[in-house]
Amino acid sequence: MNSEQIIFYILSFWFVASSLAMIFSRNAAKAVLFLVLAFFSAASIWILLEAEFLAITLILVYVGAVMVLFLFVIKMLNIDKSTLRAKFTGYLPLGLIVAVIIVAEMSLVLGANQFGLDVFSSPARHGADYSNITVLAMQLYTTYVYPFELAAVLLLIAIIAAITLVHRNETSRKKQSISEQVNVQAKDRVRLVSITSPSKEDK
Amino acid sequence: MVSLSDYLILSSVIFCIGLVGIFVNRANIITLLMCIELILVAVNTNFVAFSHFLGNEAGQIFVFFILTVAAAEVAIGLAILTLLFRNRGSISVDVTNSLKG
Repeated sequence: MNSEQIIFYILSFWFVASSLAMIFSRNAAKAVLFLVLAFFSAASIWILLEAEFLAITLILVYVGAVMVLFLFVIKMLNIDKSTLRAKFTGYLPLGLIVAVIIVAEMSLVLGANQFGLDVFSSPARHGADYSNITVLAMQLYTTYVYPFELAAVLLLIAIIAAITLVHRNETSRKKQSISEQVNVQAKDRVRLVSITSPSKEDK
Repeated sequence: MVSLSDYLILSSVIFCIGLVGIFVNRANIITLLMCIELILVAVNTNFVAFSHFLGNEAGQIFVFFILTVAAAEVAIGLAILTLLFRNRGSISVDVTNSLKG
């Protein structure tokens, strides 16, 4: 067993362990933190696969933005913990059986006979002058330029949708009422108060 | 050397863990969203592994787009969840049954 395999198995162990801890943790904030660990392990595995740009993107975008958004919402909603402890294990046996069967079937299909090293040999590592970002950018801005722009439009739609969903009720919106502004009278806005100023003789 | 089947089996295991998470968690929808993220990362690992072993960068481009779509999905999902909590006072899966016939 060489060093690459050892690193892979260590990272896989943490990936699987933190994923399991994520789905079985009762506290949603702890689940988010376990998911962060899972994402870090996944990013490390991607670096092992020479996808450096995507690994950094996974950490920056997912851990930096999406997971913080999750934590934000969890802290904001203040979920009652007693309701989380209730119905939890109702579907656990069936789910575990289904999952084990799926993993067994996948292992049969994806085993070493079909995708082993003698079928797909491990490619040679790139040298120090190889830039993953350059290669991806060359593809992204030539072949995939239309999907790239569509992704930008999709993000814009997501922003608009999220804002309009949350700002639905009238009270949280600031708007202008023209008729009210035109019909306003001076006595509505200005109140004249007569104050008796103290004279100098009182001192 | 780590073979392609190792990566594929790892990602299928992660996929199934995400699936079990969706089965098991009836308490809150936030965990369901997180399980969907886990499933997407498993699928992305598949893409990256095939991209590496076949020497084709298209797989990594696809992962890039999947990350974009997943970020948009999380933003809208959490907005819907906030609305749900505002209207129902709970984010339990069992409470969200107003579409039930």
